[in-house]
This record gives sequence, structure tokens and C-alpha cells, in this order.
Amino acid sequence: MSAVDMIQFNADVMASTPEIALGCGAMALLLGGVFAGDKWSGLVTWGCVALLCGVAALVLTTGEGRVLAFGGTFIVDPFARFAKLVVLAGSVNAMLMSLDYLRDEKLTRFEYPVLVTLATLGMLTMISANDLIVLYVGLELQSLALYVLASFARDNARSSEAGLKYFVLGALSSGMLLYGASLVYGFSGTTNFAGIAQVITQSGVPLGLMIGIVFVLAGLAFKVSAVPFHMWTPDVYEGSPTPVTAFFAAAAKVAAMALFLRVVFGPFAAAEKEWFQIVTFLSIASMLWGALAAIGQTNIKRLMAYSSIGHMGYALIGFAAGTQSGVQGVLIYLVIYLAMTVGTFLCILMMRRDGKAVEDIADLSGLSRRDPTTAYLLAILMFSLIGIPPLAGFWGKWFVFLAAIQSGLYFLAVIGFVASVVGAFYYLRIIKVMFFDEPALPFEKSLGNVNSALLAASCAFVVFFVVMPAPLIEAASAAAKSLFP
Amino acid sequence: MSGVLLSATTFFPLVGVVLTILMAGKGEAGDALARRIALFTTLVTFGLTLYAWAAFDAAKPGFQFEESYNWLGGTIRYHLGVDGISLPFVILTAFLMPLCILASWTSIEKRVQEFMIAFLVLESLMIGVFVSLDLVLFYLFFEAGLIPMFLIIGIWGGPRRVYASFKFFLYTLLGSVLMLVAVMAMYVTAGTTDIPALMAYEFPKDMQYWLFWAFLASFAVKLPMWPVHTWLPDAHVEAPTAGSVILAGILLKMGGYGFLRFSLPMFPDASLYFAPLMFALSVIAIIYTSLVALMQEDIKKLIAYSSVAHMGFVTLGLFSLNRQGVDGAVVQMISHGFVSAALFLCVGVIYDRMHTREIKAYGGLVNRMPIYAAVFMVFTMANVGLPGTSGFVGEFLSLVGAFKANTWAAIFATTGVILSAAYALWLYRRVVYGEMDKKSLANIEDMNLREIIVLLPLVVATLFFGFYPKPIFDMTGTAVVSTLDGINTKLQTAETASTGTVP
Repeated sequence: MSAVDMIQFNADVMASTPEIALGCGAMALLLGGVFAGDKWSGLVTWGCVALLCGVAALVLTTGEGRVLAFGGTFIVDPFARFAKLVVLAGSVNAMLMSLDYLRDEKLTRFEYPVLVTLATLGMLTMISANDLIVLYVGLELQSLALYVLASFARDNARSSEAGLKYFVLGALSSGMLLYGASLVYGFSGTTNFAGIAQVITQSGVPLGLMIGIVFVLAGLAFKVSAVPFHMWTPDVYEGSPTPVTAFFAAAAKVAAMALFLRVVFGPFAAAEKEWFQIVTFLSIASMLWGALAAIGQTNIKRLMAYSSIGHMGYALIGFAAGTQSGVQGVLIYLVIYLAMTVGTFLCILMMRRDGKAVEDIADLSGLSRRDPTTAYLLAILMFSLIGIPPLAGFWGKWFVFLAAIQSGLYFLAVIGFVASVVGAFYYLRIIKVMFFDEPALPFEKSLGNVNSALLAASCAFVVFFVVMPAPLIEAASAAAKSLFP
Repeated sequence: MSGVLLSATTFFPLVGVVLTILMAGKGEAGDALARRIALFTTLVTFGLTLYAWAAFDAAKPGFQFEESYNWLGGTIRYHLGVDGISLPFVILTAFLMPLCILASWTSIEKRVQEFMIAFLVLESLMIGVFVSLDLVLFYLFFEAGLIPMFLIIGIWGGPRRVYASFKFFLYTLLGSVLMLVAVMAMYVTAGTTDIPALMAYEFPKDMQYWLFWAFLASFAVKLPMWPVHTWLPDAHVEAPTAGSVILAGILLKMGGYGFLRFSLPMFPDASLYFAPLMFALSVIAIIYTSLVALMQEDIKKLIAYSSVAHMGFVTLGLFSLNRQGVDGAVVQMISHGFVSAALFLCVGVIYDRMHTREIKAYGGLVNRMPIYAAVFMVFTMANVGLPGTSGFVGEFLSLVGAFKANTWAAIFATTGVILSAAYALWLYRRVVYGEMDKKSLANIEDMNLREIIVLLPLVVATLFFGFYPKPIFDMTGTAVVSTLDGINTKLQTAETASTGTVP
């Protein structure tokens, strides 16, 4: 290896330090787990938490500005750093949430934290992908780990069903994405995002390339569970163990959205006319279907699945705006959605009776009298999910809708707002059950210390975001800017 | 002091919330402490608003006690201030609050601490609505008020409280989000959400038309105007007494305040263009809801419909776009704040004793409740608009204003005064007069000291402002005149622009 190559190699390694550290750490912890067995799984979990926090620190400290590595296939820019930090926060949360849950469900196995870590590695790779191959590798690493996690309670029929369904439909979507990627490669002659963008700018979008774009976007829409590619979501949300569901709803959604943003505003930026229609349709369909289908749900995890479909629809409005402020809106939305959804799943985690998790909305009856603190926190989260100011959920909507209006997309904003009023009904129903109905049997116990702290933190974020919005807005603005060089 | 006066007034109730959470323990003692903390907090807040009134220079046009800090980045700032139009509403809010707390002293038995907290949060948000000088900040307070009110109706309400609370929430939310679209469009077009700046900004005419409708969607639901008033009777009937008082006394006024602060000065061309429509809706509201009120069997529902009718006078006065009309609308809103609040408190007095609001269940109360009969009489007369009560001043001026702007609308609206006499006096006759032949009423007690303390300030205010409304006009005069001047200037420039005769 020549000296120049060596310097380049060093730079490449430097740029991908977080991913390399995460991969090595995950494998070390896997080895440790295999040797020690399940009795050390608590230790492995804390090890993984420490690892993820260390990686977050690495993401924060390594590199400035925009760095291309490995021959332009891997990109680290403020956008990637922002999204990675959000994903890592979601993963740490999924890890901490699992501690008590897995013990109570007698599922304590060291594979859980390792799988979450590996999925996170996949997500980080996706976020930094600047090449169709890297994109696919990252996506598949993430997906494979998630398939296993969905069926982690393997003796439970619903969990196995969730894993199987997710696998079959996920494989289908990966296939579509791969097919689309091969068409894009065939018609543009390159897999590199910058190269594809250049080809489209120079020679437009031939039919074959357009079909490729449609298939890639369909595959991505599946990952963010946008209607009409949402069918897996309610079943998988319902069947998976609750911490895994929270992981899906938080980290996996954020990573997929970040990838979606990167693809739409990177290689396909010049094909805006083509993807605008697709994204707009996905957005409208998700908002409306998410709001309408949730009304009939009785299982709170299924309800959260439809809620997440709706929220992805709102976030997609920012895509349709097609501007920097649109991307900024999406990023702010994702952070706020992460906080709200994490808090809600922590409340769901607490719903246990007779040694079993209960998931019916009716089980929350009269919670405000049995456990007022939790009831008020959950109510705050629900009002925030509706989008009532001054709670954070409102500001998420504010920034994406504002971007849409700046781009003149009034119809999209109006449909979005009307959908959010329809959606308000089912969130209100949860509040009604907790506050207006007579108390049902109490839950077994309250949350553990770790989970209580997480819940308090997410609610504090939701309530006090309005007081200090500037840091997040500025960070998101810098991240969005880097997507528009 | 004046640098942070408005922030202090707005957020002081939240201090009470924190104190309640920290200090009030479980059980009876905690509840008693929560009541005292709430009363103390609301009284101090009222004191602060009185200080603001004293320090307010009514002769000076423009906003006073302004505060402005960086907030959301860009031009969206934390900007507070009051002028002669908003200050009366701030004082009214702070004035009614201690009365609400006192009225709920014994009638709220379950979850007392949560009730008091909800009310304090609500007070903070309501004051915030009136002192905001930034459209986004205004929207924040405007919509956040839904949360405590939803809980107040839903937790402490009557048998159909779930239906009523959902209807209230969803109706209002739908109106608000349409306004939000308009707010965003205004921000994008004008580049600012600062209210004084927007009042000076001239929006293109065709944009004004749809912005007007978007704001109308929100304010018409809030006020409420016919035909989107149907949530109000439900919400009033099911809400606890104090909730009804706040709903009628303050929340409805936000709609009227919104018209006066946003729709008229920011979209003057549209206001003028749609004024006939607004007159028509107002007249329908006045006549139709008065007739509906005649047929009610539930006292609260009757008063709720009468509120809709009285709010009709407010829109009538506002859209006449002249001094008398707007002055009348403001006085009508303030007066209705006293009168409807007091009427709901009066219903609360007998409801606490008999636990029914059926008109049929009462009769002949004067025999055992002379003080109550007298107090109820004052407010019935004020509701009718008898000269000498504050109700008369507002209705009379609104009608004068409307008469100048649109004679037919004024003529039809005046029949509403007669109808209001019909339903209010008939209600009074059925409840208070007659033989006391119902066994259940045989032992009913007259008002106790606490109830007298609650209602006395309202009696005084209603009569005082009925005979001597000058303090209100002094406060509002300059602001109303400058608002109308702004509207007329904009209308004139629009006219010269359209006729092309540039001087």
C-alpha cells in the first residue's frame, strides 16, 4: 500500500470510527454473552448501553463538516450526525426499557441487547450511505436484526407471527428496493448517489430510471410504514415485545426516514417532479388512513401503530415541500416524535396485571385515580400527539406545515390539519378512559427507577420544548443545510 | 415592575399550581389547602391586573407594558403588551377567577386539588390570550386552553359529560387548525407574526378573503355564531358551575376579541365585503336562538342559548365598523362576562341544593329565598337589557352602530331584545314566583354568606357599569378609535388603488 493510499485509508477509517467501534463492540459483547450465558445478560445490556453512549460521543466529536469515505460510498455530514444521535437515543431507550420487561416476561437472554446493537449498526450505516450498495447492506443488517427481535418472545404465538409477517413482507420490500436499485444502476451506470444525481441532472429521467425510482421509494415507504405499504405495522407492533415495538417506532422509523430523506434529496434531487407525486400521495394516504383506522382499535399497541402511520404522513409533508426548511421540519418532527412515542411506550410497559402484560385501552380505565402521576404524564403525551400547543407535538407539526405553506402546498396543509382533528378523537379516547371512566383493577406495580427516569425525561422534553426551542431548531437547520450543498 | 408586569400576571397562577403540587398533601387537609392556595393566587393575580389598570395610560394609543424576547428564532418573538381593548378582558378574567374558586368551594367534592390546578392553568392561558402580541404566541394560548377545559367538563361534569367534552374539543380544534393555516400563510406572506406589524401590513385583497374565512372558522366556533353554536349548550349543561362561568364569561369573549384584534384591522376589505353576511348570521343568531331559548326545560341550556343570542349583538356591533358599534360590542362582551357568569352562578346556587336544573322542579323560591330572588332578579333584568344595567349599554350601542351601518339588520336584531325579555322573565316567573307547592323545595335554604360574597361583586359591577359605563369607555376609547382609524385608512388606500386615482 502506497503512502497516499495509507493516508486515504486512515481518513476512511476515521470517518467511520463510530460504526467500526459499534461493530467491534457488539461482537465483543456477543462473545462475552456466549461464554457467560444468560446470567450475565444484565451486564451485557449495560455494556451495550455504555457502548452506544460511547458511539454517540464519537459521533459528536469525530469530524467536522462533510466527509466522504471509501471512494465516495460513505458520507458523514451534519445531517448524518444529527440522525445518528437521534437513532442512538432511541436504541439506548429500547435497551433500558427491556431490563425490567424481559425479566418479568422471563425472556432474559443476552441476545436481546446484542441484536439491538447490531440493528443500530445497520441504521447508522443506512444513514451514512452514499451508494446503493451501502444503502442495501445497512438496510438488510438492520432488517435482519429486527426480524429476530420481533419474534423474540418465541414461545408466544403472536410474537412469532409478528416476526414471520415482518420477515415475509420485509423481504418483499427489500426485493422491490433491490430491483429498483438495479434498474437505477442499469439506466444511470453508477451506484454512487452523487453520480446518479449528476446523470439525472444532465439527461433527465428515462422511463426505466423512473420505474427504478418508484421501486426504491416503494421499498423505503415500506420501511417507514407509509400507506399503502403499512400492512405489517399493526400486527408487528401488537405482537412484538413492547420494548421492541418502542424500538421499531422510535429508532427504526427515524433511521428509515433519514435514509428516505437522503435518497430523495441526494441522488433523486433532480427528479423532484417525479417523486413529488409519490411522496404527496404517501403523505395524504398515511395521514388519513392513520387517523381513520385508529378509531376502531381497542389494543393500545395497535393504536400506536396507526398513530405512527399517521405521524409518518405528517413528516412526509416536509418531503413534499422539497425545501431546506421542509427537511428541517422533518428532522425536528422526528426528534419530537421519538420523545413522544418513547414516553407512550413506557406507559404501556407499566400496564401489567397478574404477571402478564395487558394491552387493552380499557385496562387504563380510571388510571387517574389509581396512579394520577402516570395518568397525567400519559395525558400530556396524548395531547402532544394530537398537536396541542404548547406541547412539543405542536411544534413538530408547525415546522413541517409551515414548510409546506412556504412551498405553496395549501391543500396538503389543510388535509393534514383536518386529519389531525380526526386523529384527535382517538387520542382523546385514551384520555377519556383514564380520566372520565370508573377505575378498573390496579396495575401490579409502578415503573422501575430507570423507566421512571426515562418517562420523566421524555415528558419534560415534551412540556418544556417550548421554553427553549432554539438548540434543536438550530441543530436541525444545520443538518438540513448539509443536505443541500 | 412594568417591564415584567404582563409576564408576571400571566404566569402567576402557575405559581399556585406549583405550590399546590408541592404543599397540598392527600386527604381533606390537602384539599382545604389547595382551595386556599387557589383563592390566594387568583386574588393576587387580580391585584396585579388592578395595578396594571392603575398604571395604564388610557390616553396613549398603541400598546403598553410591552415585553419582547427572542423565542422561536426568526421573527417569531415572545411579545406581550396590552392596549385599551385587551386590558378590560384581562381584568375581567382575573376578576371572575376568584369568584369561580369560591363558587366551587364546597360544590366540588372529588379531586379538589386537580380541579384547582386545572383552573389555575386555565387562568394563565386565558390571560395569555389577551396579552399576546405575537400571532403564534396568541395561537399557543388560544388552543392550549382546550386542555384544561376538556378535563374540567369531562371529569367534573354532568351525566353526558363525555359527549359534551369531546364535542367542545373537536369543534374548537377544527376551527383553530384552519386558523393556523391562515397564520402560517400570513407569516410566509408578511414575514412576521408580530401583531402590531401585521395590523399595519396590507394583505392583497383576494388573500384577505380566504384569510378572513379561516379566522372566521375559529372565532365563529369560539364565540359562538349560528350555525356552529351547537357545542355550547352541551358544554354548558354538562360543565360544573365554575366551568360554565368561565366558558360564558371569558372563553366566548376570545372569539369577539379575535374579530376585533385580527379580522377587522388585518383584513378590513374582507370585513367590509362580508359584513352583510355577518349581519345576517348575527340576526339569525339573535332571533333563532332566542326562540330556541324560549322552549328550553333546562335552566342552564336556556342561559346558554341566550348567550349565543347576546353574542349576536357583539358581531353585529363589531361589523358595523363604526365607533358606536365597536364600543357597544366591547361593553356588551364585558357586561355579558358579568351577567352570564352571574346567571350560571345563580343556577349553581340552586343546583347545589336540589341537584337538578329542570325548570319544572322549581317554583315559588321567593317564599323561602328572598335574597336569592333579589339577586337573580338583578341579573335577569341585566340579561334582558334593562336600562340601568350594564346589559343595556352594550345592546343599545351595538344597535345604534348597526343602525348606521345597516338599518334592516338593526330592526330585526331589535326584536331580539323583546324575545330576550320573554324568555328571561318567563324563566324568572317559573323558577322564583308562584306557589311553593313542591315538597322537595320545602326545606330549601337561602343563600349563605359565601354565596353572597361570590355574587355581590357581580351585582355591584352590573349596576355600576349600567349607570356609569365611563370607566370602560375611558379605557377602550383610544384603542377603539385608533383601530377604526387604521381600518379606514386601509380601506381608503384600497379604494384609491382600485379606482386608480392616486393623488
